[in-house]
Amino acid sequence: MATTADHFQGHVDDHHGHADHDHKPSFFARWFMSTNHKDIGTMYLVFAIFAGVIGGAVSGIMRAELMHPGIQYLGMVASFFGDDASDFNATLHMWNVLITAHGLIMVFFVVMPATIGGFGNWFVPLMIGAPDMAFPRMNNISFWLTFAGFCSLMMSAFVPGGLGNGAGTGWTVYAPLSTYGSTGPAVDFGIFALHLAGAGSIMGAINLITTIFNMRAPGMTMHKMPLFAWSVLVTAFLLLLSLPVLAAAITMLLTDRNFGTTFFDPAGGGDPVLYQHLFWFFGHPEVYIMILPAFGMISQIISTFSKKPVFGYLGMAYAMVAIGVVGFIVWAHHMYTTGLSVNTKMYFTAATMVIAVPTGIKIFSWIATMWGGSLEFKSPMVWALGFIFLFTVGGVTGVVLANGGVDDVLHDTYYVVAHFHYVLSLGAVTALFAGFYYWFPKMSGRMHSEFLAHVHFWIFFIGVNLIFFPMHFLGLQGMPRRYPDYAEAYTHWNQVATIGYMIMAVSIVVWFLNIVYAFTAGKRAEGNYWGEGATTLEWTLSSPPPFHQFETLPVIEDGAHH
Amino acid sequence: MAGSKTHDYHILPPDIVPLATTAGALMFTTGMVLYMHKMPGGAFVPWLGMAVLLASMFSWFSKIIKEAHAGDHTPVVQLHQRYGMILFIASEVMFFVGWFWAFFDFSLFPSELAESVAGQWPPKAIEAVMDPFDLPLLNTLILLCSGTTVTWAHHALIHGDRDGLKKGLWATILLGVLFTGIQAFEYANAPFPFGANTYGSAFYMATGFHGFHVLMGTIMLIVCLVRAYRGDFTPRQHFGFEAAAWYWHFVDVVWLFLFVAVYVWGGWGYPTH
Repeated sequence: MATTADHFQGHVDDHHGHADHDHKPSFFARWFMSTNHKDIGTMYLVFAIFAGVIGGAVSGIMRAELMHPGIQYLGMVASFFGDDASDFNATLHMWNVLITAHGLIMVFFVVMPATIGGFGNWFVPLMIGAPDMAFPRMNNISFWLTFAGFCSLMMSAFVPGGLGNGAGTGWTVYAPLSTYGSTGPAVDFGIFALHLAGAGSIMGAINLITTIFNMRAPGMTMHKMPLFAWSVLVTAFLLLLSLPVLAAAITMLLTDRNFGTTFFDPAGGGDPVLYQHLFWFFGHPEVYIMILPAFGMISQIISTFSKKPVFGYLGMAYAMVAIGVVGFIVWAHHMYTTGLSVNTKMYFTAATMVIAVPTGIKIFSWIATMWGGSLEFKSPMVWALGFIFLFTVGGVTGVVLANGGVDDVLHDTYYVVAHFHYVLSLGAVTALFAGFYYWFPKMSGRMHSEFLAHVHFWIFFIGVNLIFFPMHFLGLQGMPRRYPDYAEAYTHWNQVATIGYMIMAVSIVVWFLNIVYAFTAGKRAEGNYWGEGATTLEWTLSSPPPFHQFETLPVIEDGAHH
Repeated sequence: MAGSKTHDYHILPPDIVPLATTAGALMFTTGMVLYMHKMPGGAFVPWLGMAVLLASMFSWFSKIIKEAHAGDHTPVVQLHQRYGMILFIASEVMFFVGWFWAFFDFSLFPSELAESVAGQWPPKAIEAVMDPFDLPLLNTLILLCSGTTVTWAHHALIHGDRDGLKKGLWATILLGVLFTGIQAFEYANAPFPFGANTYGSAFYMATGFHGFHVLMGTIMLIVCLVRAYRGDFTPRQHFGFEAAAWYWHFVDVVWLFLFVAVYVWGGWGYPTH
C-alpha cells in the first residue's frame, strides 16, 4: 500500500490547517472500494431502505390479497415470476414465497443492515472517539456479502422451488417443507443467501467487538461508554455466537437436499425437530439482535431530549447484557407445540418470563429518565416515545405467549403475528425512524423538516396500529397464520388491517418527501443541532463529520459522565 | 494514512479486494446451485467462483503482509488482530456446536421409527464402526504431536532460532498432511457409507468439516513456512504465525472432542472393522 498511501498522505498534508480538508476518493473508489466507516454505514442505510421498499411492497401484496376472502391477486403475482397462471397450486405456492421473502428481507436485509450495519457503523466509532473501525477493509466485505446474500435471495424468486417458482419455506426454512417439500433450486439459493449474509454479519460482529474493546478514546472506560455502543457490543456477541449454529443447520439442510444425508429425514433416523432446535438457538438471539440496538438508540434519544443523563446507566447497560445472556437459553418457547415434554415447557416458560425483568428495567429507566427532565418533543423524541408504547404492547403479549399452555392455543395464529410485529415492525422499525431523525442531519449535513417528521410519525403510528392491533382479535378468534384465504367471519378485521397498511404507506411517502426536502431546501446542520442535551462525542464534530475524524484522539476527563 | 493523524490506528486506502472476494463467493454459491441441480454452467461456474475467491483472498492476505512490513501494524493494531482471531475462533467453536448437537441428538435419542436405526446407536443398518484405538488413536497422537511441534517452532522463533522455526513448521505441516492422508484412507475404507442414515450423516459431516479445518490450518502453516524462508517474522512481531498456531490448536481440540465422543463413546462395544 506504500505508494498509494504516500501519495494520499502528501495530498492531505498540503491542506493541513484548513477547517474541512476532506480529501474524498473518486466516486468509484469511494463507493465500491470503501474503507471508511461512515461511507460504509451510508451504503448499509441506503441498501436497507431499498430492501425495505421491496419487503414493504411484498407485504402490500399480502395485505391486498387479505382484503377479501378468496384468492384475488396471487395468480397475477405468480405469473409475473414465470408460473403458469392457470396452475392453482403454483398460485398458492406464491403466497408461501411472499411470506418467506417478506420475513427474510425484513430480518436480514432491512433491520440488521440498518441498525448494526448502518447506525452501528456510523456512530459506534464516533461515540467512542475512534477514527474508524478496527478492520476497515473487512468492514467493506461485510456490506458486500450482505448485498450478495440479497442477490442470491432475489435469484431464488425466478427458479422453481416447490409447487411453483421461488422459495416458499417461511423464513424459518423448516424441514421437511424445505427438503423434500421443495426440491427445486430456489431453496438452495435461499440457503446460500443466508450463508453469505451470515458470513458478512459474523465479520461485522468481530469488527464491532474489536473496535469497542480496543479503540475507545483515552479516558473512556467501559462504564463511561454511551449506551448505544453498549447495545451494539452485546448485539455483536449474540451475532458471533448464534449465527454459526444457523450456518451448521442450513448446511445440514443443504446436504439433506443434495447429497443424501438424513439429518432431518425420519426415514434415515433424522429428526425435523432437531432443525427447529438449531434454528431457534440462532433465531431467538436473533430477535434480540434486532431489538438491542434499538434500545441503545432510544436511550440516547430519551436522554438528549430530557436533558438528563440516562437514569440507572449501569443497570441499563447490564440489563442488555442480561437480556443477551438469557436470550440464549429460551429458544424452545418457539416450539411449544412440537411435542416437548411438560417439564421442558415449564423450564422454557419460566426462563422466558425472566427476560421480562431486565426488559422492565429498560422501560422503567426510560420513564425515570424523563421524570423531572426538561422535555423537548422534537421528532426523534416523539418517535422514541412511540417506540416505548408500541414495544411495551409487544412485550406484554410476549409474556402471554411465553406460557407454554397458553401458546398451545395461540401458536401459529395471528396473535403471534401481532406480537412479533409489535416488537419488531412497530418496535425496531420505529426506533430506526427515531434514530434516522436523530442522526440524519449529522450524516447528511442538512436539516429535515420537523413538521414533516411529526406528520410522518402520526400517520405511521395510526397506520401500523390499525394493521397489527386487530390481528390480536383475529388470532384470539382462531385465524391461522400463513394462509392466503380465510373464513368470511374474519373479513372485518382483515379489512381494517389492509386499510391500516394503506395509511402506513402514505407515511412512507411523507418520509421520502422529507428526505427530498432536506437535500433540496434543508438548512445546513450545525455540529450540535439538538443543543445541550446531546452530550456524546458525535456532537463535538461538524455535520457531516470530516472524512477522517478524530485525527487527534479526544480525551475523556475523569469527572465526565457517559 | 491521513497526514495529520496523531494516533496509532491503521487507516486504510480504498480497496477493490473486498468486492472482488464477494463476487467470487457469490459466483461460487450460485455455481453450486447450478451444479447441484445439473443446470447449465454447473460444471465450471463453481470452479470459476472458487478461483476468484482464492485469488482475491491471496491478494488480501498479501496486502496485510506488505502492510506489516511497512510498519502499519502498531502495537494497538496487533491487539486488534489478536481480538479478531480469538473472536473468529469463538464463532468456529459455535459452528461445531451445531454438528455436535446433531450427533448427540441422534446418539442419545436414536429413532425408534426408522428401520435403519431401530432405536439403537450405532444404528441397526451400521454393521461395523471404525476401531477408535486403531488409526483414529494414531491420528489423535499425530495431532497432539503436531501441537507440540508448532510450539517448538514458536519458541524457536521467539529465541531467534530461525532454523528451529523452519524445522518445527516443517514437522507440523508434515504431521498435518499425514493426518489428512490417514483420514482420507479411513474414509475410503470405512465400513459404512456417507449419508443414508443418521450415523453416516453425523459422522462424515462432523469429521469432514474438521478435516476441512485441518486443511485450512495446514495452508496457514504453509504460508508461515514460506514467510519464514523469506525472512519474515521477528522475535517481537509475528502475529501471522501466532494466529496460525492458535488455529492449529483449535482444530486439535475439536478433534479431541470428536475422538472421545464420536469414535470412542459413539461406537462403544460395537463390532469394529
